[in-house]
Parts: sequence; C-alpha cells; structure tokens
Amino acid sequence: MTAAKPQKVYFYGTCLVDLFFPDAGMAGIQLLQRAGVEVVFPEGQTCCGQPAYNCGFFEEARAVARTQVALFPQDLPVILPSGSCAGMMKHHYPDLFHGEPDEVEVRAFSARVYELTQFLVEVLEVKLKDLGEPVKVTWHSSCHAVRDLGLKGEPQALIGQLANVELAPLARERECCGFGGTFSVRHPEISGAMACDKAADAFATGASVVLSTDGGCLLNVQGVLEAPAAPVRVQHIAEFLWERTHAR
Amino acid sequence: MSDARTAILDRLRAAASPGEALPALDSTVLERRHWPPAERVLRLRRGMEAVHTEFLEAGPEGWPAVILAFCEREGLKNLLYGPGTSAGARLAEVWPADGTRLVPYDRPVETFKEELFQAVDAGFTTTVGGVAETGGLLLEPGPLEPRLLSLVPPIHLALLFASTIQDTLWSAIRALGWGQALPPNALLISGPSKTADIEQTLAYGVHGPRRLIVILVNDLPRTPA
Amino acid sequence: MPAETEIHFREAAAKALLDPQLRANFRRAMDGLIAKRQAQFPDPKDLQDLRDLSTAIRSRSLLSLPDLLEQLETSCARNGIQVHWAETCEQGNTLILNLLKARGATKLVKGKSMVSEEMHLNAFLEEHGIEALESDLGEYIIQLDGETPSHIIMPAIHKNKGQIARQFSQKIKNAKYTEDVDELTAMARQVLRQKFFEADAGISGVNFAVAETGTLCLVENEGNGRMSTHVPPLHIAVMGLEKVVARLEEVAPLYAILTRSATGQPVSTYFNLISGPRGPEEKDGPREVHLVILDNGRSRIYGDPQLRATLRCIRCGACMNHCPVYTRVGGHAYEAVYPGPIGKILTPQLEGVGVRHDLIHGSSLCGACAEVCPVEIPIPDILVRLRREATHADAGSKVAGKGTGRTLTEDLAWRAWAAVLQRPRLYRASAWLATRFRRFIPGGLPLLRAWTMSRTKPLPAPRSLQERLRSEGLPHV
Repeated sequence: MTAAKPQKVYFYGTCLVDLFFPDAGMAGIQLLQRAGVEVVFPEGQTCCGQPAYNCGFFEEARAVARTQVALFPQDLPVILPSGSCAGMMKHHYPDLFHGEPDEVEVRAFSARVYELTQFLVEVLEVKLKDLGEPVKVTWHSSCHAVRDLGLKGEPQALIGQLANVELAPLARERECCGFGGTFSVRHPEISGAMACDKAADAFATGASVVLSTDGGCLLNVQGVLEAPAAPVRVQHIAEFLWERTHAR
Repeated sequence: MSDARTAILDRLRAAASPGEALPALDSTVLERRHWPPAERVLRLRRGMEAVHTEFLEAGPEGWPAVILAFCEREGLKNLLYGPGTSAGARLAEVWPADGTRLVPYDRPVETFKEELFQAVDAGFTTTVGGVAETGGLLLEPGPLEPRLLSLVPPIHLALLFASTIQDTLWSAIRALGWGQALPPNALLISGPSKTADIEQTLAYGVHGPRRLIVILVNDLPRTPA
Repeated sequence: MPAETEIHFREAAAKALLDPQLRANFRRAMDGLIAKRQAQFPDPKDLQDLRDLSTAIRSRSLLSLPDLLEQLETSCARNGIQVHWAETCEQGNTLILNLLKARGATKLVKGKSMVSEEMHLNAFLEEHGIEALESDLGEYIIQLDGETPSHIIMPAIHKNKGQIARQFSQKIKNAKYTEDVDELTAMARQVLRQKFFEADAGISGVNFAVAETGTLCLVENEGNGRMSTHVPPLHIAVMGLEKVVARLEEVAPLYAILTRSATGQPVSTYFNLISGPRGPEEKDGPREVHLVILDNGRSRIYGDPQLRATLRCIRCGACMNHCPVYTRVGGHAYEAVYPGPIGKILTPQLEGVGVRHDLIHGSSLCGACAEVCPVEIPIPDILVRLRREATHADAGSKVAGKGTGRTLTEDLAWRAWAAVLQRPRLYRASAWLATRFRRFIPGGLPLLRAWTMSRTKPLPAPRSLQERLRSEGLPHV
C-alpha cells in the first residue's frame, strides 16, 4: 500500500511514552521530520483510554477517548509510537463508539491512525543509513502491534536497513511478555513469570538491547532486567533508529 | 423429559434471528486438493506409513495369496473374516485346509465374545475406499463384516483397491453418498491404534489393533511409459 | 457487592508457578504442540481459507440451531437412536442413571467426553453404585489418582512418565515399575481390554452430530471410543446442544481443522460415524443407542449475539496450547472443567461472571488464542465483554451473575482515572508530580506493590515528552 506522501501529520505521544520514554517520542517526531513531513503535536493529549476499555469500563474509556479524538480535527494521518495504543484507536474505537452519536467522526479518525514504523515503511518508504557502531539487538513483537493492529514486520524491515546492526532472533518472539496493562498488577505472579521468561529468552540471544514498539512491554521487561549487572537493556524502536541514523 | 426439550427449544427460538442470512460456504479450499490417481496412491501410502501402517502390494488376481503368505510368515493361528462379501468368498476359495485357520464371523458376538477377545490373531476386512490427502481407509462395517472385526483382533488386514482412493474425506463422502444415507457404522481408519498420553510419546496398540496391514491392489489402468 | 464464594485463579496460579516440574512439563508439551500444529499449516492462505470455511459452517449451524436440533432428533429416531434432553447437569445425570438402572447395568466404560466431565457424571454414578471407568489412556491415568483433566485433549499432560510409572506400580495389580512408555501402555491395555469385555454399557461424547443423517461423529486415536461404543450392549452418547451441524459434508473440513489444530495430526487414527444401533442382520454393535443433549446454560449464552461465538468451539484445545498463561500454570489452576482461554470465556458464562471475576482478568489479552482458533472465536473481545458484565448490571444482558463483581474501589478508581484524563491540565499536573518526584513514589501504593513483586519500580523520566515539547518547542531536523 502506498498512499500519497502527506505533507503534514499529527503525532500522538501516548501516556507511557510521555511519562517513561520521552526520548522515544522525540525520536519519532524527528524520524518523521527527516522524511520531509511536518509534524503537529496537539496540546491536551492524555491517554487513548485502553486501560478502562480493557476492564469493561466503557463509559469512562469513551469519555476520555472523545476528548482525544477532538484534538485531531484535520484530515491528517495520526502517528503513534505504540502498536497497542494505535490498535486501540484504530480497531477498538469503532466498537467503543458503536451506536454513539459521534460514531461517524470517530470512525473517520480511526481510519487515519498509524503506528510509527508502519507509517515510516508503508507510507513514507524511508531509507535509513546506519551511522552507529556494530551492535547486536533482538526484537520483541508487542502482541497488540501484531495481532490487534496487524504489523507485518515493518520494524524488523527498518532494523534490516541498518548495516551495522545484527538482529538476533528471539525464541518465542510472538509470545506475550506478560504486561497486559492491568493484568500486570491484577495477576502479578503470572505476569512476573512471563516477564522473567521473556528476559531469559532475550538474555539467551546474546544481544545487548531488546527493542519493541511498545512502552508497556519495555517497562515490563525492563523491570526484570534491571538487576545491577544485567547485560541486556531495553529500548524503544524509535529512539534506537534515531540514535543510529542522525549525525551528532 | 419432553418438558426439558420444550424449554430448551423455546429458549433457543426466542433468541434465534430467523431473518439473518446464513453465511455462504466457499469450499474452494477443499476442491483444490486434487491429484491424479497414481499420486493419490502415493499420498495415501505416505500418510499411513507415517503412522506405522504396513503395506503389501498385490495384483487384482493374486491378493488372496499375498494374505495367505503373510499369515504363514507371521505364524498366525487364525484369521477372522466376513464370509458374505465377494472378497471373503474369494479368500475362502483359495484358503488351504492346513496352516492358519480361516474363521468366519457369522454369529452374534455374544456367542463367541471370549474367543474374539482372547483367541483371534487377526481380522480381515474389505474397504469401500481411501483418502489420499491424509491417508486413511474407509469402511462400512455391517451384517457382512461386523464392527468388531477391524477393532478387537490385534492385527487388522484391510483390502484396498487403488482405484477407490478419493482425494479427500470430503470428496469421499460425496462419492460414497454418505451425506444422504449412512449404514449404522461407517469408519475412517488411518493406522493402528495409538496414544501419546504419556509425555507425548507415541505408543502403538493401546486399545485397538497393534498392527494395520493394507493389502493394496493395483487396479489402475496402466499408463503408457 | 462482592460475589459469593468467589474462586481465586490468582492464588491457584501462584501455587502452580512454584512447581518447577509442572512448569517444565507444560512448557515442553506446549512448545511441541505449537511446532506440530505449525507444521500442518505450511500455507497461510490455505489455513485462512479453511478457517473461514470452518467458521462459516459453525456460524450457520448456530443460526439454525433449534431447527437443526429438531431435525437431528427426527433423523436419530428414524435410525433407532433415542434422543433425550437435559436442561441441567443434574437432569442429565439422573436420566443416564435411570437408563442404566432400567437395564441392570453396573459396569460402565467411558470414552473421552468433556461434557460428562462438566456433568461430574462419574462421581454421580459411583455414588449410585455404578462403576464408571475412563478408558482413554490419559483419562484412565488421572482417574487412578482421583484427578481431573488438566487439558481438554491431553488430560494427563501435567504428569511425566516417572509419576505415571510409580502410580501404575502401586495401583495396577501385579504391575512392575517401569518408565518404558510401551510397557506402561501395554499394562493399561491389559486392564482395559478386560473392562471392555465385561462392560454393561459404554458412554461417549460426540464431536459432531449431523442433523440430516442422524449421525454421531467421534474422533479418536486409541480405539477406546470404538470399544466403548461398539462392544457393550448399551451406548449412551452425551453432547452439548451446540455440537450439531446440518450435513455430513460440513463435518469434513471441521474434522480436518480439528485434528491439525489440536495435536498437529493431519488425521486421527479413527473417525467413527455412528448412525444407529445393531441392525437386524448385524452380528455386533450395541442393541441400544441413546443420545443425551445437554443445555446447562448454553441456551442462555446463545441468547447473546456477541457471546454466541463461544458456542462455535470445536474443543481442539489449540487456544490453551498457545496460551502463555496456561503454559505457565497448567490446567488445574483454573479450577474448572474447561481450562485455558476457552475456559476463561466459557466457565464464567456457565458459573457466573462474579464468582469467576478473577479468572476473567487472568489474561494479558495477548490474542494468541484467537489467532490460532480454527473457528475464529474472538476470545479477547469476549473477555473484555465479560469484564464489563462482571462489573455492570446492564439492562437487557442475560449474562449469569452480571454486575456481581462490582466493587466500590474499582468504580471509584476508574471514575477518578477518567476525571483526570479528560482534563489535560490535571493530567499535566499529575505528570509533573510523577516526573519531579519520580524517585519518591511510595512503593507501598497498592498497584505498585503488585508490580514490584517481580519487577523493579518503574521510573518516570525526569521530564515528560509534553513538558519538553512545551518548553523547547518541536525539534527541527
């Protein structure tokens, strides 16, 4: 799919990137700008509403979602540095607003939503030039990015453009890391066990960085990797791509 | 419990949406599983050998001799069979008086259940076809070939004519008319009885036959070389 | 109002997680099953076409369910199969007991049937002096130990051969201790052959029932299903009312996708089509065949257009094989007949969403289950719906126990959440506090305490993205 290259896009930061991974947000904006696109970052962003939606508190989720949709009135693509939040906005908003008076507007909004790497690959067709030192990384697919949103290897394709980066395959790459939003605190024992297994698989690759599209997964895996001497760290894909491809 | 029946059906009917169109069934995925006759034979064999089925090849005339040779080679005391089928009659015709005893299954099971469970070495049945896609034999047990003939004896010998092998179970159901009417029992068998219930380790011969021997009769028209 | 006698998945799961043997058994088994299924579907398009067809067949069957059930009854009657209906498990059990009693049957062999597990039929019959012996090897193994299945297809998957060897040597007469799987299997064969020989009646489940031809389809590998249904003089089959399809042709693709999804086999050893008792000329087969059709809450599930998809299930177990939660805690932690993802949506609908509130939340909504489901049941969407049902008593909802999982704490928490996130200034203020005092967030906060049980405390950035953008403006490349 190659849509006409837009001049201008909206950027939606997401709450997790806003609070925990602001560098990834910055990097995402810069990757877009470098591809020749003007980035608009509307004020008033909070959260896509997914936590309440996933717990069945639809009215609360809808009230929050409504305020967010209103921030993006122009017919421009909306880019998110998260597969999970993008999946929520793209595929679950239409369900959440089914039968509501503003369903049509919301559906039109949802149709404009993209995850960052998806947009970089499919629409902007970016070409990256690696300026970094040789490094070995591994990739964790966020469940919602691949299963809700339907990413088909776009992040890996971008990593593949980097000459000095070796992508080590992660065992059970598509298995959940155990985050699952409220699941991580409602069922911390199971969630923790899943995160530990994911960290062990990551460790076994010999990579020094685990990359992902999603702050939730990163936060979760980081939580078990953060022992003082752990040889693996986590990093958001946007931040990694930007770090390696801009001249300092 | 007719009251339970009424209550259940009433609840279902109250919830049913009669106006709703039934989704269409696109069976292309089944139709494209199609092979020439000779390849069907190979596929069936490959599928069944993968689950420990053994094959003996025979010609349209010589198959009874192949069965006889097998029984003698294995030192079988007896072979249970259905005397009413034409294949059964053929077998009886050529069977010698000494060696493996040919035992007809021509009585109600109650009259010889103990013998069936304890003393029968092998059972012989015909088949009404085969399934190329996955491997498998199609059987129609009944008055002429009782149901337990292919189940209780430790060895099951089955006669299969190559020309009766269908592409898939789906096409076999159509070809055999099973969708319209079925005998009280019809069967697909792909191999000897097996289980993987202990640590996913395959073990053969758990309840049914330990060995399945297919006497494969090549009755396909010769293709010019 | 908290639900009465709530069952806590969290506690049972936490216990299971501490058993390294159990975790290793499940991990190894599930990794193997995932690989075997994958090998059966080399072509993604072919798989999707087969799933589409299977889903359409199951959806069609459900759309005309009441008609098909009546047609099945008529066709069965024509074939000499007697049909009985049970609204509840209790009714079903009594019905079966009466059938057995009337014929003086005291020894029963059983083929594998999850519906009979749902009815707790064995325990009921034993109470009434009838021996009900499980004959599927896996079911036999767990019955020896008085356990319940930990997987719907492989009931003894939680045990390794050492455990089974010990158990056989203690519980089977004259059995020696051996870990050789062939020898263990042969021991069970010997015991069970005698039982088939002696049995007065056989009970089986039903994988598919065909309305047009009045046929009961049974899928199996061992031959115990055929033994149970053809050797004893009486055969009683039990099925959930959703198992019916219109035509035999429709069974072929369902069967094809069932065995591949379940155990990665292109075909099972036996596919047994039963359309009647012993005919007048036949030498063997049961004198009587009965079919018990069980509701037990299914017609209520049927009443909800979204939840109805639950009834499409063909019980392949692929959802549990691919579930990261099931893989780690095993089947028993669910304390339910149906474990894993399908159990997570079916059990609460049968037993009540309030008492099973904890179970409904025991999922990261990763979607691995829906991705492999051969009939495309949207399990994560249904879980979200059931989470709603548990905490809201919506008018018009027929869900059992709706609203009984509601707590004031959760209500207030989500209200506060929404209040803050609808007000960007409040959100910004909270973000400012979280980033400024990032190292001083009290670890004793309830959610944070749960998080830090196995993870370090998450550390917010020194300044949020929005704060940086506001003070520095957008970057310029």
